[in-house]
Amino acid sequence: MKVLVPVKRVIDYNVKARVKPDQSGVDLANVKMSMNPFDEISVEEAVRLKEAGTATEIVVVSIGPQQAQETLRTALAMGADRGILIKTDTMPEPLAIAKLLKAVVDEESPELVILGKQAIDDDSNQTGQMLGALLDWPQGTFASKVEIADGKANVTREVDGGLQTVALDMPAIVTTDLRLNEPRYASLPNIMKAKKKPIDMKEIGDYGVDVSPRLTVVKVTEPPVREAGEKVEDVDALISKLKAKGAI
Amino acid sequence: MAVLVLADHDNASLGDATAKTVTAAAAFGGDVDILVAGNGIGDVAAAAAKIAGVRKVLTAESDALGAALAEAVEAVVVPLMSGYDAFFAPATTTGKNVAPRIAAKLDVMQLSDIIAIEGTDTFTRPIYAGNAIQTVKSSDAKKVVTVRGTAFDAAADGGSASVEAVDAGAGIGKSAFVSQELAESDRPDLTSAKTIVSGGRALGSEEDFNKIMEPLADKLGAAIGASRAAVDAGYAPNDYQVGQTGKIVAPELYIAIGISGAIQHLAGMKDSKIIVAINKDEEAPIFQVADYGLVADLFNAVPELTEKL
Repeated sequence: MKVLVPVKRVIDYNVKARVKPDQSGVDLANVKMSMNPFDEISVEEAVRLKEAGTATEIVVVSIGPQQAQETLRTALAMGADRGILIKTDTMPEPLAIAKLLKAVVDEESPELVILGKQAIDDDSNQTGQMLGALLDWPQGTFASKVEIADGKANVTREVDGGLQTVALDMPAIVTTDLRLNEPRYASLPNIMKAKKKPIDMKEIGDYGVDVSPRLTVVKVTEPPVREAGEKVEDVDALISKLKAKGAI
Repeated sequence: MAVLVLADHDNASLGDATAKTVTAAAAFGGDVDILVAGNGIGDVAAAAAKIAGVRKVLTAESDALGAALAEAVEAVVVPLMSGYDAFFAPATTTGKNVAPRIAAKLDVMQLSDIIAIEGTDTFTRPIYAGNAIQTVKSSDAKKVVTVRGTAFDAAADGGSASVEAVDAGAGIGKSAFVSQELAESDRPDLTSAKTIVSGGRALGSEEDFNKIMEPLADKLGAAIGASRAAVDAGYAPNDYQVGQTGKIVAPELYIAIGISGAIQHLAGMKDSKIIVAINKDEEAPIFQVADYGLVADLFNAVPELTEKL
């Protein structure tokens, strides 16, 4: 079974985004960038499927700037077999990304695509579901457990009320949630080995997909700032403050 | 103009997120219809018909819709959209699961988790864990939108919309419901609770999490939430998680107990009206957003608070 894992280069999880003074967007100059944390979970899940003998090949794909190659190298060091970089200096919207990924799926014919449920930059939570619809494949989103057996993927999903398990005919789409696994750190020998693994360099034009944006950003602003309040001495002081506010 | 709103429900009762999404749809403009897709949903449809300002309630029923399978909901909604200018879903796990499939089928770029509507093509939404607010204009002919419930008041009752059944559709039929484990609780729902007590990693164990948090929640009639760290450590179930990628809440009172206040947690609760933080680390970032901060050992302070309330 071949597994395709799309990975996105985003602002690091620990960095607080700053809005540009001209309100055109978020300032990413000289900011630490990393693999989207949900995508790390996706790569880890694919590697575990390979270690269990279920997956035979893991292809990772990234759509982004030249530096997204580093993101692919990270995935290769974790255990993916080869990479595809579709180079662009624009930031295509989720619908365009889903169309590009569909083109990659048509070429690669994976039986499973594992994506992060959302990217922590634009917080859209769309790409996996859109890819599912474009391919007419079933989806198991927000997965906390994935079991592959007898041509089906049994996916346990984190839903608002608890957990739901669905059975999907393969090929299928899985999007990952936080509890699916804990991604490994790549070992030094694996980082060295990853340097020799192939990355196919592509351009958006190679896929004949219309990626023109549908949304225009009017402005990006700071959220209203919440002022720190006061420290209270003890529990009694806290209770009297809350009573005065009518909160309890 | 007309908007189709996807109802939030569990087949038995209508969720609060529905009336909030109706408010957003009404702000967008035009007639508002509600789709109740499920199984055995008579009561849900009747409740939806009572929301003020709703023109029609459409019902679609099948086993697959009863489990809210995305592929099945997509098959119902996509043909209906020839009669609508917009599809609005609550940004619940069900809404997030189905809306992008519908957007892709309509060749539309979805607007996720909107918090304000500036016009029929312009919407405001948080990005980067709420550290930036983006206003975007859509050039698509139809809009597909998910709505953040905390940003809109619920539409009032008082309507009397007609209810009509629509084709449940066949769908691609490649997915099936297997099982579910839903939390049974007498406590208020986390996303609509007036008061939330939320616990973090400092609780130390599942046993202590329950022992410390439950009596306080009982006393306040509060819902219980948790930080990601507490959920990852197994102290609390996944549906308790408040944050960027968990539940977004904005209660009247949010009491953060033993939560340090990572960016991702703050993204889920910083719109709460009053925030209380109890933490023994006075440098914890949670104090930067708290109205009232108590620097104390939670294992002493919380039982004392519970007792004195």
